Amino acid sequence: MADTVVKTADPKMAELRKFMAEQKKTQYNDEASLIAILHKAQELYGYLSVEAMDEVAVTMKIPTAHIWGVATFYHYFCLTPKGKYVISVCLGTACYVKGADEIMSKIKDELKIKVGETTPDKLFTLQEARCLGACGIAPVMMINDKIYGTLTPKKVTEILNNYRKQG
Amino acid sequence: MPVSKYVITLCDGPSCMQKRSKQVKDVIKVELEKAGLADKVRVITSGCLGMCAKGLIMIVNPGYVIYGNVTEKDIPEIVEKHLLKKKPVARLLIEEDHLYNRFYRVFGDVNFFGKQMRIALRNCGIMDPENVDEYLALRGYEALAKVLTSMKPAEVAAEVKKAGLRGRGGAGFPTGLKWEFTAREKDPVKYLICNADEGDPGAFMDRSMIEGDPHTVIEGMIIGAYAIGAKEGFVYIRAEYPLAVKRLEKALADAKREGFLGDNILGSGFSFDIEIRLGAGAFVCGEETALIHSIEGSRGMPRPRPPFPAQSGLFGKPTVINNVETWANIPVIILDGADWFSSIGTEKSKGTKVFALAGKIKNTGLVEVPMGTTLRQIIYDIGGGIPNDKKFKAVQTGGPSGGCLPEKYLDTQIDYDSLAAAGSIMGSGGMIVIDEDSCMVNMAKFFLQFTQDESCGKCTPCREGTKRMLEILTRITEGKGVDGDIEKLERLGNMIKKSSLCGLGQSAPNPVLSTIKNFRVEYEEHIAAKKCRAGVCEGLVTYEINAKCVGCGACKRVCPTAAIAGSPKTVHVIDQAKCIKCGMCFKTCKFSAITKK
Repeated sequence: MADTVVKTADPKMAELRKFMAEQKKTQYNDEASLIAILHKAQELYGYLSVEAMDEVAVTMKIPTAHIWGVATFYHYFCLTPKGKYVISVCLGTACYVKGADEIMSKIKDELKIKVGETTPDKLFTLQEARCLGACGIAPVMMINDKIYGTLTPKKVTEILNNYRKQG
Repeated sequence: MPVSKYVITLCDGPSCMQKRSKQVKDVIKVELEKAGLADKVRVITSGCLGMCAKGLIMIVNPGYVIYGNVTEKDIPEIVEKHLLKKKPVARLLIEEDHLYNRFYRVFGDVNFFGKQMRIALRNCGIMDPENVDEYLALRGYEALAKVLTSMKPAEVAAEVKKAGLRGRGGAGFPTGLKWEFTAREKDPVKYLICNADEGDPGAFMDRSMIEGDPHTVIEGMIIGAYAIGAKEGFVYIRAEYPLAVKRLEKALADAKREGFLGDNILGSGFSFDIEIRLGAGAFVCGEETALIHSIEGSRGMPRPRPPFPAQSGLFGKPTVINNVETWANIPVIILDGADWFSSIGTEKSKGTKVFALAGKIKNTGLVEVPMGTTLRQIIYDIGGGIPNDKKFKAVQTGGPSGGCLPEKYLDTQIDYDSLAAAGSIMGSGGMIVIDEDSCMVNMAKFFLQFTQDESCGKCTPCREGTKRMLEILTRITEGKGVDGDIEKLERLGNMIKKSSLCGLGQSAPNPVLSTIKNFRVEYEEHIAAKKCRAGVCEGLVTYEINAKCVGCGACKRVCPTAAIAGSPKTVHVIDQAKCIKCGMCFKTCKFSAITKK
């Protein structure tokens, strides 16, 4: 598979290639830069596509199977496209003690999706976070880069409705 | 540059950021402009000050005046009264008992800071983390200069050993000894790693240290590199901490520009450089051998030790790995000396420890206390006790690898050995307070869910054993526990501890074993009496309507299974056979007429 990657004019792919070329110059061996490259690919595309992983495999001369192994090992890497708004509900201890599970089930009810899924309208993706480090305002969730604290199920509905309005 | 008359420090840790620290900063600028004070007042943002419960925190200097719960609306008043008329705004002042200790002067007269001793956090909240000049003004890089000009590498390691500093990541291995082992290796290429993969849920001290004072960590690393003879170092940091990464990048670039990092540091002939490596969300990567695999670009799985990283680590070379907090302690030890450092703490644990205090406690936040402080002092004196007059039940230390300690251990002096003796661990410093509203069986289940999910799958006992333990716990919380379950959990737990390769597996059963040890009666109640005294485990709860019922019918309308019957203005009744224990009626009732048992 990997040998048949067609060089497309995709600007994101061009940037990824450029990044890999830089890494090749600086790294100790090609494999050592793999995680940094996967971070870059996810930053560019929002997720790790099979095409992107194949491209990395060919350029860095790492078997796709190994890349797949690494990509699936780490929680941060996502293999499917995400929605416009990514909701990360913190399930860290401090949030848990303060009722994070109620927040989680409220969001599940509201969006009618499970953890790791995206709504059919591609608006929301729901995921769990280990700890967002904002334990002082637990329970917490993060929507894209914005943190919402001291949540209650009622607040959750309001917040989600605001995002729905924005579309 | 005109000399500022006032310096306003605004906290922009995650909690304060949520309380609109950015917007408040903008308002301050506008108001200063209006009052004609724009060039007389400096406004800086700092990393987390630790007093999250009273955010947004604002400090005005000179005078060390601390304001809490500041909003945009308060700014005009602060500018007018405090800055123009020199009278602090009384209603916003944080007022607590007045106390004194070495590092507290800069934080003003409040109890929360007064009982702490801030060494690793000494600059957090005082300086602008993105400005290297401010760090220099606070004796920054002075320790590095001292080391490069007047100490031999072996002397540096010996000083750290003499100080008695032990690894702050959790295991507590003597740092100086680790350095000496690595320095002794003959291989000319050595590496140095800062472990900032703070995975414990409920712990955020590494994040705050890097966000609030990145240069201290960098300086510590350079000193360490000099001691062991490393040319290259890595900071392995969580990708989930974008602000910390950004500040670290800035700090590294500044340090390089100023000649503290790179080739020929300060003209000494010693060269060292640091690279940032992003983690990707795997808890097990906090384990040193797994972390090394991750930097090498593989799945982060641990491997057997020996060889220890000190002999064969990153890329097969001798490697020193220390946690963020450990590195942050190094410059102080060099500057103030091993004798001073070792005068703090207990016999076997020297210095201070930073804890992330969270859960059911009034003052959630970050605290740094000398080793030997008791749990009671942290929870009640600094933490302010439990909100809403609830009863203390347990304190969980050490994250998912730690244990739950009940009230009888509250007077335990905190250090590595006493916590271990009590059945918990120091860990990286998470401290979660649990009150009577939490069910201990459910807590144990929560932690096990976490470790089970994060098990890398390499060793069978950890991969399969934790799964079986979780199944038993789930069964118990659903009211399907049977006789012998507790014994089975104990046997499995002890087996997993003994037969797992790395720290994750060896400590995964700790939350279960410690709750069985200290709260066995709760387990027994769940199994024999099918009762959850905290009313948490849904399968074991029964809802009943008491005499306070006015017959409004609100519960009847929300019940999804039509299990509630009763005519208007009479006491309603729940049909237990139909009830699915969803709790909707309980949440809806405005008259406290529904009891949860």
